Amino acid sequence: MRDVRDALLVGRNSEGRLVRRPMSPFMIPKDYRPQLTSVLSISNRISGVALCAGVLLAAWWLLALTVGDAEFAEVRRFTVSPVGLILLFGWTLALVYHTLGGLRHLMWDTGHGFDLPSVHRTGWAAVGLSLGLTATLWVGAIWWLG
Amino acid sequence: MSGKTETPRVAVMRSYLGRARGLGAAGTGVEHWWAQRVGTVALLPLTAWFVFTVLHLAPMDRAAALNFLHAPWNATLLVAFILVTFHHMQLGLQVVIEDYLQAGTRTMAMLVMRGTIGLVGLACLLAALRLAI
Repeated sequence: MRDVRDALLVGRNSEGRLVRRPMSPFMIPKDYRPQLTSVLSISNRISGVALCAGVLLAAWWLLALTVGDAEFAEVRRFTVSPVGLILLFGWTLALVYHTLGGLRHLMWDTGHGFDLPSVHRTGWAAVGLSLGLTATLWVGAIWWLG
Repeated sequence: MSGKTETPRVAVMRSYLGRARGLGAAGTGVEHWWAQRVGTVALLPLTAWFVFTVLHLAPMDRAAALNFLHAPWNATLLVAFILVTFHHMQLGLQVVIEDYLQAGTRTMAMLVMRGTIGLVGLACLLAALRLAI
């Protein structure tokens, strides 16, 4: 037993023996089948953490912009390299999805859309809009930048 | 949990009531929750502006980009975007750390996370201010 929280997870059964209280298993792996709700929930978290890494690229770009032409050109070279483009695409998808996930959370915070049909409707809408908006942004960017 | 068959032993010499007392809500969560919502709402227009800016600056050379971010409103929005984004990141990663890390590693992870975000955030803020002035 490591701490008080751990000690609280121990109780006595009807025979007076000490037993470990049962714990609800984590939502995604082996114990539960993946569901739209749980997968989209963890996706919102994963996309948020991924965006924290993405901010590092934005920070590098901003700092290079203030430093000099050579440094700025280096960032440009990276962002149009295959690795850079894959990262940018992933971060675009993460940004769009995390934004839509944030909008769903704001809606839930006002007390709306908690019933299962609404949750599934807005969930699938978030999936569809994420793919659609990301594709639109990239097609638009490619058209705009030539 | 690993110890399904092991018989648990309680080494804490306190009554159940004594253990449970004071372990209710921390009483400090509302501020965090509210800051996260306000930040989220602020980030909606700021992120739209940032995406537009990235696309707008992409074909420009460095001088033109510097000129764009030097304009008063763009400079203001960039500083606002940096402040709100890093604050939002810190609040979000705090919850991730609290959810997945045990008491022993949690404090260290939190310090490293806050230190890194603070430093990168300050670097970005200074860069934005240099562009603005």
